[in-house]
Amino acid sequence: MGKIVLKNIDKFYGSNHVLKNLNLEIEDGDFMTLLGPSGCGKTTTLRVLSGLEKPQNGYIYMDEKEIVNCDEAHYEAPSKRGLNLVFQSYALWPHMTVFENVAFGLTIKKIPKEEMKRMVENALERMQILQFKERYPAELSGGQQQRVAIARAIVSAPKLLLLDEPLSNLDAKLRVDMRTELKRLHHEMGTTIVYVTHDQIEALTMSTKIAIFFEGVLTQVDTPLGIYNNPADLRVADFIGNPRINFAECTGRVKESKFIVTSSFGEFVFDSSMLKKEGGENKEFPCVIGLRPEQIEIKRKQEEGCFAAKVYTSQPAGSETLITLKAGGVTFLAKEIGIANYKENEKVWLYIDPNKVNVFDQESKKLIKYSV
Amino acid sequence: MIENQQRSYSKSKRIKNILKDVFTNPYNIIVFISLVFLTYLIIVPLISMITSTFQVAQGELRRIPGSQVGDFTLYYWQRLLASEFSMSTLYKPLLNSLLIGVCVSVFSITLGSGLAWFMVRTDLPFKKFFSFAVIIPYMIPSWCKSMAWLTVFRNERVGGSAGFLSGIGINTPDWLAYGPFAIICVLTVHYYAYSYLLTSSALRSINSELEEMGEIQGAGKATILRKITLPLVMPAILSSVILTFSKSIGTFGVPAFLGMKINYYTISTMLYSNIKQQNTSLGFAISIILITIAAMTVYINQKIIGTRKSYETIGGKGGRSTPLRLGKWRGLFTALITAFIGLAVIMPIAILFLETFLKKTGDYSLSNFTLHYWIGASDPAIAEGEAGVLRNARFWTNVKNTMILVVVTSVIATIIGQILGYISSRGRKKVSGKLIEQLVFIPYLIPSIAFSAIYLSMFSTRHGIVPALYGSMALMVVVSVVKHIPFASRAGTSNMIQIGTELEEAANIEGASFMKRMLKVVLPLSKGGFISGLMLIFISIMKELDLIILIITPKLATLPYMAFQYSNNNNNQMSDVVAVIMFSIVLVIYLITNKVSGADISSSM
Ligand SMILES: Nc1ncnc2c1ncn2[C@@H]1O[C@H](COP(=O)(O)OP(=O)(O)O)[C@@H](O)[C@H]1O
Ligand SMILES: [Mg+2]
Repeated sequence: MGKIVLKNIDKFYGSNHVLKNLNLEIEDGDFMTLLGPSGCGKTTTLRVLSGLEKPQNGYIYMDEKEIVNCDEAHYEAPSKRGLNLVFQSYALWPHMTVFENVAFGLTIKKIPKEEMKRMVENALERMQILQFKERYPAELSGGQQQRVAIARAIVSAPKLLLLDEPLSNLDAKLRVDMRTELKRLHHEMGTTIVYVTHDQIEALTMSTKIAIFFEGVLTQVDTPLGIYNNPADLRVADFIGNPRINFAECTGRVKESKFIVTSSFGEFVFDSSMLKKEGGENKEFPCVIGLRPEQIEIKRKQEEGCFAAKVYTSQPAGSETLITLKAGGVTFLAKEIGIANYKENEKVWLYIDPNKVNVFDQESKKLIKYSV
Repeated sequence: MIENQQRSYSKSKRIKNILKDVFTNPYNIIVFISLVFLTYLIIVPLISMITSTFQVAQGELRRIPGSQVGDFTLYYWQRLLASEFSMSTLYKPLLNSLLIGVCVSVFSITLGSGLAWFMVRTDLPFKKFFSFAVIIPYMIPSWCKSMAWLTVFRNERVGGSAGFLSGIGINTPDWLAYGPFAIICVLTVHYYAYSYLLTSSALRSINSELEEMGEIQGAGKATILRKITLPLVMPAILSSVILTFSKSIGTFGVPAFLGMKINYYTISTMLYSNIKQQNTSLGFAISIILITIAAMTVYINQKIIGTRKSYETIGGKGGRSTPLRLGKWRGLFTALITAFIGLAVIMPIAILFLETFLKKTGDYSLSNFTLHYWIGASDPAIAEGEAGVLRNARFWTNVKNTMILVVVTSVIATIIGQILGYISSRGRKKVSGKLIEQLVFIPYLIPSIAFSAIYLSMFSTRHGIVPALYGSMALMVVVSVVKHIPFASRAGTSNMIQIGTELEEAANIEGASFMKRMLKVVLPLSKGGFISGLMLIFISIMKELDLIILIITPKLATLPYMAFQYSNNNNNQMSDVVAVIMFSIVLVIYLITNKVSGADISSSM
């Protein structure tokens, strides 16, 4: 499928404004993840895209073709959009066997028997459930049902595959296995995938692009790393990353082509070209500094450009250690790979690479200093 | 290029697309057809009946000087509400009905919920048997019970022939055999099953931990019952009070059997006799009053229960339940309940059955036993030459009539119910769904006999393209179908709700058309619910007397009507035979239904 464009989409349920002026472009072959807390409108976006739900305003184009034009009340039927959908509940027809479930769409398209059998078995084989083809959905485990739902969606080689929280009903171990498998499926088939999840780890590990929603507003679209390193605002920064990002309130000031950020535990000096904020020359403004836990390097000895801090607690978790620190009245969480032994109340020094630091404007909540 | 497309939007295209969508969307089409259908069969007849009480009819031309047929008049209402006949045609029957309604409600709720509590909450023995036995009365039509009552208490002075007690030499007073006492007793024994079923399912849904918590807090058993259990089942009890009240003031069969012979009238029997005596408009006016009272009670119920229903979810699924130990009372209560079942359930059926073999009623000596009323050839000396029921050609015609009516009606009603259920389950948030839900509820508000009165007014004459239907099976089918639509569509809705919309959407994405989705997805998945709904409607129509009594003609007689006729002609044994046969059919069908589909009889109220 070529490019998919959603333009100025508004969706209301009664007076509930669920999608607010949504603009999103999905490139051919993307693994685009819609990420956001529960109730933010991800499923609705997917349903609008699939044609199950009609938006009140806006346009959708697929491959340069107009699919939705609300002004003209034109809505292409779901089956004409060349896509398929895996529901969160799987929506397997309980009265049909696995084979019949997967073959259903093909019988509608009047594909010859032989051909159909080949296609269905191919899809089942790919999902490693060929041996269950005569079973009914109720006779399968959750993970197997999931595979049937995916097989049903991919059997007719759709150009666009929509997945609504497909892993949320699986147990933790199965979820990790399935993640790899979906990624591989995307790679092998080359289809465009739009994937909905509220789990940021899933989003970060699987996608080529992530679109973050809050309350029906699309806040940021970027690559996983782009979003992780440079979250567009405080809310995104807080939502992405586990353990959470550290915030510290501070004051910003531009002076002689330097952007200086002062906090209770120390001072950062950046080149003012890094500041993405208009005006503010020589004037102080409140801002928030954002530090990822792994960006904080803990030193046992004082070094040049380090901040003094005290260890509050240390939690070794095998492959990594989480250390809570206090510096200038602010609490930080730092992460070190491997097992580290810090004692409570031990005095340490923190090294923070100024290039990696994010600074947000307190007033607009927007990112004003990017990590490079 | 995209930018350009966006600008060039055209109004005409928009209108075309919208119209195309509205008129080709199959959902809209069924909604439209259903609305037309429901309006024509519910709203129009109701309005037609109301207007006809304000119009001069042929029969009253002489009494209203200078008037013409169809003129506006208040004659009927004036005659009904404020004339010298008002006392006898309206106020007294109305008072009788209200008295019956109140007494029956109080007694049957006490009996029903008490039994429910024993059955669900205590360690009563033989629960399995008891819980089946106590709902048998629900399967016996109420008019069968009044016949059983007569069989026991009839005396020679009023009924023409002696019943069981008179037969064995105990002289029963008139007030015991006929009139309010008899009616209240029979209706109580009939309707307690409603409160029993409602309350016991409410009790079952209460998690016993709620009660145990009370015990931990130090409350005694009586306190727990009063302070915890009772408030939790109160909505169910209230609901059954209203249900019982509105049903018992509207019921026809029992007061007809047990009251009309001594000129004890209730509002429904008064309605019947007015219409039978061609005072049709007056009968309609009485119907309107009856409908208003019944509708009001049900409406009040909805209002009260509507806000309190939230209790049900608090109770949760009802986990483990520890039965209350009755201790030394166990034997006593077991004996009492056994006695009740013996007296109220088994004995009436047994005596009714026994009476079918008596040449002359009341005489239980061996020489008086005969199979004549079952299989005897016509004998001028017995029952005016009426042949035994099974030999009687009329009986077989009536069996055929009944079967046609029941099969046709239950199939049609179930199909319509499923369609309406589809609309309301899929349109929960849409105007269409809500409107349909309101419309289908109306027949529920209207007592059966008033309901058929409406149809009498509507279809006794030609109406546009619809010919006069009076005296045809078609009218009986229409009435029965529409009256059962509230239940049928409720069954349909609960059937459709369990088929997730996503199952349909998944088929939609695969390119299946609306018809395909119905045939391949919805229909196969609704089969089970369809069959159980069908069976319950089948049973309900099978025993129906109130609903068809006004519109039936001898040619179209059904089994309940045949029994009613025999009884009216003091041909008790044959009436009993027909009743026994009917009851057996209903019981067998219920047992089959329950086995096959697990359908719950309590859902058909
Ligand atoms: N069919 C519907 N009718 C009314 N409101 C709905 C419907 N579907 C979703 N909503 C509302 O729209 C909002 C977004 O829902 P959804 O897209 O399902 O969120 P998500 O998938 O991100 O959890 C929620 O507030 C939800 O209550
Ligand atoms: Mg969702």
